[in-house]
Amino acid sequence: MVFLGRGLTLDPRELPSVRIDKPLPSFKLPILGEKNQFITPLHFQGKISLLNVWASWCASCVDEQALLLQLSKQGLPVIGLSYKDKTDDAIKWLKQWGNPYQFIAEDKEGKAAIDLGVYGTPETFLIDQKGIIRFRHVGVLDEESFVKDFLPRIKKLARQG
Amino acid sequence: MKGFARLKNSLLFRHVFFLFFLSFFLFNIPIFANSFYPFETKKQAAQFDYLLKDLRCLVCQNQNLADSGAGLAEDLRKQVYEMVKASKSDEEIIRYLTDRYGDFILFKPPVKPLTFILWFGPAFFLLIGFIIFWRTCKERSHA
Repeated sequence: MVFLGRGLTLDPRELPSVRIDKPLPSFKLPILGEKNQFITPLHFQGKISLLNVWASWCASCVDEQALLLQLSKQGLPVIGLSYKDKTDDAIKWLKQWGNPYQFIAEDKEGKAAIDLGVYGTPETFLIDQKGIIRFRHVGVLDEESFVKDFLPRIKKLARQG
Repeated sequence: MKGFARLKNSLLFRHVFFLFFLSFFLFNIPIFANSFYPFETKKQAAQFDYLLKDLRCLVCQNQNLADSGAGLAEDLRKQVYEMVKASKSDEEIIRYLTDRYGDFILFKPPVKPLTFILWFGPAFFLLIGFIIFWRTCKERSHA
């Protein structure tokens, strides 16, 4: 009975990430809309930030855009990873739905996403000041999961400095 | 000619023709799949097939990587293909994937403390069942 109850309450699609407490994988990805500029894990040093994996073809990505816009307005750096998307489609999508991102890395082949252990969009990673992954959320990020899973961790990381 | 016309209209001919036609759709699939991932040696092709059958598609979890049509499965298939071509061992390829996606990507999880219940739980509970059964029988025979 105990196993049945536990089994029914777990979401089988939510997989634990093995990348937690590990540094970002090495990557060098072009910045969306910029020529000859690249993002590497070095860009994540010295600040607590969110890394949000999204795509213009991902229907549910729209649902978290309002929250991401709000968070970036409140001063939390949000960095985007454009997952297997066309540059023009991504730019058009941002014009339509708003752009919460400080900058966006273009992962056209999805290789950096594989290194991050991404298995679906959207996914949101919490990155600490040293560029280490501290938490991963799979699926649309809503206020409830942000307050429950991200906020306490952000506060703790900020205190540790 | 008349004989052929009769043959053409016969039910058997139509059936055979239909099956022949159908076979184009049914039997060309594996050949098609192999031409996507050509290997220089048979050994590499066998390694590729073997690995993909034991790897789970993370998007559609009841499928293996060989069957799944999901975009991520395709990318991972490509990755495994390239690693097999680069003569990487099974262990290296499996470690590459579990480093990123965890043991969940394996249909057969490795035996380690975390998976003890999974591997030995059923035998353990069966044993407990037998003990209870045995004790109940003993009590009844005493009564």
